[in-house]
Amino acid sequence: MELYNLTAHELNQKIKSGEITSDEVIDSLDKRIKSVEPKVNAYVRISEAKISALNSASKGTLEGIPVSIKDNICTQGTNTECCSKILEGFKPPYDATVISKLKKAGAVILNTKTNMDEFAFGSSTENSCYGPTHNPWNLECVPGGSSGGSAACVSSDEAIMALGSDTGGSIRQPAAFCGVVGLKPTYGRVSRFGLIAFASSLDQIGPLTKDVRDSALLLRAISGYDPKDSTSVDLEVPDYESYLSGDVKGLKIGIPQEYFIEGMDQEVRDIVEEAINKLNSLGTISGKVSLPNTKYAVPVYYIIATAEASSNLGRFDGDQYGFRARPKEKIKGSLIDMYEHTRGQGFGQEAKRRILLGTFSLSHGYYDAYYLRALKVRTLIKQDFDRVFGEYDCIVTPTSPSPAFKIGEKSQDPLSMYLSDIYTISVNLAGIPAISIPCGFTKKGLPVGLQILAKPFNESMLFKVAYAYEQATKWYAQKPKL
Amino acid sequence: MNYETVIGLEVHVQLKTKTKIFCSCSTEFGSEPNTQVCPVCLGLPGSLPVLNKTVLDYAIKVGLALNCTVQPFTKFDRKHYYYPDLPKNYQISQYDLPVSQDGYLDVEVGDKIKRIRIKRAHLEEDAGKLIHENDASLLDLNRTGMPLLEIVTEPDIHSPEEAHAYLTALKSIIEYLDVSDCDMEKGSLRCDANVSIRKIGETELGTKTELKNMNSFKGVKDALAYEVQRQAEVLDEGGKIIQQTMLWDVKENKTVVMRTKEEAKDYRYFPEPDLPPFLITKEKIQEMRETLPELPQQRCKRIIQEYGLSEHDANILVISKADADYAEECIRAYKNSDKKPVVNILIGPMFSEANTRNTSMSALGVNSDNLLELLGYIDRDEISNLNAKVVLKDMIETKNKASEIIKAKNLIQISDTSFLDSAVDEVLQANVKSVEDFRSGKANALMFLVGQVMKKSAGKANPKVVQEILKRRLS
Repeated sequence: MELYNLTAHELNQKIKSGEITSDEVIDSLDKRIKSVEPKVNAYVRISEAKISALNSASKGTLEGIPVSIKDNICTQGTNTECCSKILEGFKPPYDATVISKLKKAGAVILNTKTNMDEFAFGSSTENSCYGPTHNPWNLECVPGGSSGGSAACVSSDEAIMALGSDTGGSIRQPAAFCGVVGLKPTYGRVSRFGLIAFASSLDQIGPLTKDVRDSALLLRAISGYDPKDSTSVDLEVPDYESYLSGDVKGLKIGIPQEYFIEGMDQEVRDIVEEAINKLNSLGTISGKVSLPNTKYAVPVYYIIATAEASSNLGRFDGDQYGFRARPKEKIKGSLIDMYEHTRGQGFGQEAKRRILLGTFSLSHGYYDAYYLRALKVRTLIKQDFDRVFGEYDCIVTPTSPSPAFKIGEKSQDPLSMYLSDIYTISVNLAGIPAISIPCGFTKKGLPVGLQILAKPFNESMLFKVAYAYEQATKWYAQKPKL
Repeated sequence: MNYETVIGLEVHVQLKTKTKIFCSCSTEFGSEPNTQVCPVCLGLPGSLPVLNKTVLDYAIKVGLALNCTVQPFTKFDRKHYYYPDLPKNYQISQYDLPVSQDGYLDVEVGDKIKRIRIKRAHLEEDAGKLIHENDASLLDLNRTGMPLLEIVTEPDIHSPEEAHAYLTALKSIIEYLDVSDCDMEKGSLRCDANVSIRKIGETELGTKTELKNMNSFKGVKDALAYEVQRQAEVLDEGGKIIQQTMLWDVKENKTVVMRTKEEAKDYRYFPEPDLPPFLITKEKIQEMRETLPELPQQRCKRIIQEYGLSEHDANILVISKADADYAEECIRAYKNSDKKPVVNILIGPMFSEANTRNTSMSALGVNSDNLLELLGYIDRDEISNLNAKVVLKDMIETKNKASEIIKAKNLIQISDTSFLDSAVDEVLQANVKSVEDFRSGKANALMFLVGQVMKKSAGKANPKVVQEILKRRLS
């Protein structure tokens, strides 16, 4: 057993007792990265030299623990590029609030970032200017996305724990594909200050970890009200670890019928149903529920998310930072020319597609028919959940309709790619928290994820149920062979 | 042909908060370029706006003072356009739910009170400043994120004079509220105008042009007058008005085309997702209402009642708060029950001295005690009005007291008849022609003779006494 195999809570104990040092953990990680990174490509801009890290002197709950950070979360003085050419060389002059919080908790921030779909646009981490990340369980498969790098590095033991961001499933779907624990917190639970925005009303930063306890540990460290983010909520952060009792007796679990539909992968269906049986054997009571507006989630999501994205990405024009195209012939005074070349060359194909979609739906004459209507349906989707949570403690679903697909399989078919988020995006639209935990493997050895959803700000419930299931099944003990 | 002028004004008022609207950068004017910036106002990736609550309070106050309905639910929206002075390439503004709307302002034009409706007053962030130098354009982002309140009228203004009166009244109210410096030169008050004309009797609005770059109230008036005239000439010649944005060229005294609107701009407004909507409770509005100071119109009514001022005088005195404060202090300290003499010296010489120096009366450095001392000399007929003006000027320049100046310059009026009699004698002997003129009925000749006596006394003779002596001697 190497140090890199351990979880954060295991390492933290050893560091606190003086048995090992944080540097030894870093050395161990470095060794692992050197050995498997060429196959996985979970990190970007990784240097030949030893991975460096920003040490923290603090002795908090994450003392000495290295944390890997997705490339869209600002780290002061360290490149943060959203895996896009247009942000080439961008070094933020400030830390995201989650980074400051991690440092305060004693964590060590790795100087190399994790791979992602450009600006978090995608479900496979193929849309990165640094090339695709490979799924550690099957290198020919995608790790999911957009936080594919964060999921893959945790899965391959190239990281102890990682942060990702989730706008429509970008933490949970790759967590499912890579067999790790991924949590999307309630909207407003974690500050977005320093997260380079994709869709401001949907984005949340969250943990990707090897087990549920680490998830609880990491979420607690990054949560809480931030005066710098007006959408963060001033509510006390519970001690999530105290909910890891394993006791789920009497909890009511809703199983939405709209999530078990024809066309979903039969193996995934069987595995998830088995997981529900397992939970019931631990004492939960499951019942069928209905979320009738689920069918609108994908179109509503792609209107709202692309509209906000088209606005948020407007600032990338080559003026102040990042990439600037220099037209071969200098055309005097042609500012628009510079903007057009910069954006034309700086953005990848999927980014352009989403900017165009969003620009269209916000345009004069289309706003009411698309954006405004989407906002209304979004409210209906949220009301579906409110209704179910009036009666049930949580909802359990598959995280994704299929296991990891092959690299290249869907990259030419954006619609089928968008559908791989079908079980995750309603959660973002409703602003509620959800966790994905490993619940088994397909015959081909690909992990399958179980998604648990709860009421706003009831992440404790997610941890309670997830931990009980995890301890009863120990899927996390299985590691990919690299 | 006779036309009716239709004008709507959009006034941007920079609210004088200590920090910017969405970040904690200073709003100080005139600092080195790009020294008052941070990731938020620079629009760096990942940064988020947080509303400065004082800005909202100020906006509510202005809304109430302009008789608007303050909205119980207000939100911000993004307005998209590409320009280097706008780092995010969208401006955080307010689209369909402004802080306040549907108000009015009553302004005095000539002798009439004219009601101009206020359509809306909404908050937004200012953009930066582009400075064009030789071959390059430089960017100063200090101004980015300054809090602005945009106050938009209905097209209720029908002449450049009405526009001027509206601006004067608006500025006055905002100064009383103490929420902006309203300094057009520093850009803390900016005015754009939409102008169109139509045949008298028509109800449809004509095609409008938008006027920008008017850097003073006079500029607004001049630009509007020019543009109205230009449009009338175009129509008279059978031409059509083109919807354009025009710039006022103050040097050439004319409007020039900035851009022609080929189609309506699409700003792609949508609700700002980084800022939750704001609820303005009835309690909050009441609290703001209670903090409203006395406004110019109320003050005008009060001082008419309290001091027996004429409406005309009161209206002039209340326009500027600083002036009104100063004037009231003087009026109160003036012990006579008839306040006319003190009002006259304020509205006359004091006002004109302040205007020449482009400042307020209170900033002239003549405190009420000193002014009243000077007024005492006038009341006692001890100096002439003419000399009083000279003394006042001296007081402002030297900061000396009236008594010191009058003594040093020996300006006390001579009312001593024995001295004046002999001076009159000399003048009558030297101006036989004028004496004859007067006797043959030319009344003007008397004033000439008075002037000659004044000259002889080096301006110190009391003109009233001189006139009496002359009349007696010539009758």
